[in-house]
Amino acid sequence: MTSSTNVSTPAAPSTLRRLLKPSSIGGWLVWGMIAVFFVAMFALIFTVFLDSIATTWFGSWLPDDFTTHWYGDAWAEFDLANVLLVTGQVAVAVVVISTLIGVPAAYALARRNFPGKRIVTVLFLLPILIPPITYGIPLATVLYKVQLAGSLFGVIVANLVPTVPFVVLVMIPFIEQIDPKIEAAARMCGAGTMTIFFRVVGPLLVPGILAAGVLVLVRTVGMFELTFLTSGPSSSTIVVVLYGAVFGAGIRAPQEVDAMAVLYTASMLVLLVAALRFVNPTQLVTRVGAR
Amino acid sequence: MTTATGLAPGGPEVARQSLRHRLADRGIDRVLLLLVPGVLFLSLLFIYPFLYGLNLSINPTNGGGPLTNYQNFFSDSYLRDTIWTTLSLGVPAALFNVLISVPIAYRMRGRFRFKRTITTLLVVPIALGTVLTADGLIQLLGPSGWLNKMLLDFKFIDQPLILVHNYWGVLMSLIITGFPFAFLLVLSYLSGIDPNLERAASVMGAGTWERFRRITFPLLVPGLAITFCLSFVLAFSVFPSASLVGDPAGSTRVISIAAYHAAFEQFDYSMGSAISMIMGAIMLGIIALVLGWRSTMFRGATGGKG
Repeated sequence: MTSSTNVSTPAAPSTLRRLLKPSSIGGWLVWGMIAVFFVAMFALIFTVFLDSIATTWFGSWLPDDFTTHWYGDAWAEFDLANVLLVTGQVAVAVVVISTLIGVPAAYALARRNFPGKRIVTVLFLLPILIPPITYGIPLATVLYKVQLAGSLFGVIVANLVPTVPFVVLVMIPFIEQIDPKIEAAARMCGAGTMTIFFRVVGPLLVPGILAAGVLVLVRTVGMFELTFLTSGPSSSTIVVVLYGAVFGAGIRAPQEVDAMAVLYTASMLVLLVAALRFVNPTQLVTRVGAR
Repeated sequence: MTTATGLAPGGPEVARQSLRHRLADRGIDRVLLLLVPGVLFLSLLFIYPFLYGLNLSINPTNGGGPLTNYQNFFSDSYLRDTIWTTLSLGVPAALFNVLISVPIAYRMRGRFRFKRTITTLLVVPIALGTVLTADGLIQLLGPSGWLNKMLLDFKFIDQPLILVHNYWGVLMSLIITGFPFAFLLVLSYLSGIDPNLERAASVMGAGTWERFRRITFPLLVPGLAITFCLSFVLAFSVFPSASLVGDPAGSTRVISIAAYHAAFEQFDYSMGSAISMIMGAIMLGIIALVLGWRSTMFRGATGGKG
């Protein structure tokens, strides 16, 4: 097999060229699949974008004429400035609170073996293993009962349910890779618990916290089900407004909805690219895999 | 215990050991206080609503025994069939995403130029959101969309293919939105496998296919089981896409739509909670099945990191 050289020198700079060489049918198939995926994805985004700048587009290959006024219309009609403000408030609050609750819990779980640890771990795993819509309905019912549903606070609280465990799961491997001897050494040198936390462990955890925070941010902005079930008119984030706009349609021009969808995707893309700068996606779950 | 007696020899010392010490020996000390906010929070907002919902579901709105809601669900075919609808969408979507991710991630795991760019492009669907995906699918694959136009112009078909507002539209939407997660997970499991194992096999004369089949794939299977579970969780709550590109009253009436309909459109919270409980039970049942199967697989050290 000529292709066996592929593996023996994976770091060689010319690997791409060698990958592209028709050494194996399988290789070509994979690149073909990736190409189909890219073409489909870009066609998908492109058609929506095209429609959002079209005056009218029915059944022809391309729209009749182009305009940008749908963006202005959507901005005014859905009060997007306010919606984006709400989205930002919810996202920032969820990131901050879930970090404050999740990081200490992750620290305890990473550092200590105690009776009942399995139960606590399952408690932190369940909200991730159960689809949001499943626990969202009872949760929304409870929030309606205590009259929190519909408020900004209710939306934040509901979004925290999956994000706190998420922060815990992301942070545990980060904490485990910090040598406990560093903390022991700091204590030997006379540092108190607070000092150790803020001057020793904290700074070492910053990359992990950033990674978790940015992932929670993406997740919260994109979280449909929980926000949909618990939000009211004044506390809807952009995903929910977008979904509502499709169903409230009727007289509204579909281009307006598309314009809003494009705005949403553009802002999510910015967040996603920022997230991928902080997070190496290939290191997310290696620990779970090792279990 | 032994260290404590070692430090201070003599019988009475052991007895004098404080409760705090003995607890600390078992791993219970003040550090565990850090868990309190998290556990309290989840008990209040996850466990309590769940129990509340369970209690609500066995107290039907219109009276009757504790199991009335569940009996109604399973005797009404319009409701019962939603389970099948959901599974027939969720299982193929999750399975497809996991299986397609394996070869792609296998290609992507080495180090080469543009790797970061290609990986980023592959996860772009995370940013799309259901509405843009749905609108794009409708415009691309709808009766007058580009695909049908092309096929009609080339005379491959006489009638436009009906690909949206039915099962296929929802399935495609699920595949597009679920792929990035499956891909990232598989990629991350793959990079946890020590490349030296494959190099060793290569030295022994194993070809590309043989190395994948005999070395990498068996080590990857446990990770694939987890990936399938998480992809299935994502695909299971198909609520928005089932209504946007599907046929929410008929062929893609999934169980989450039935639950939402009962709870927030008919205001029968009791029935809505009952359907939620059924959903949760099915979900956990499938996860238990997959993980149980996984535990029969080889789970040795994968070498490498982790």
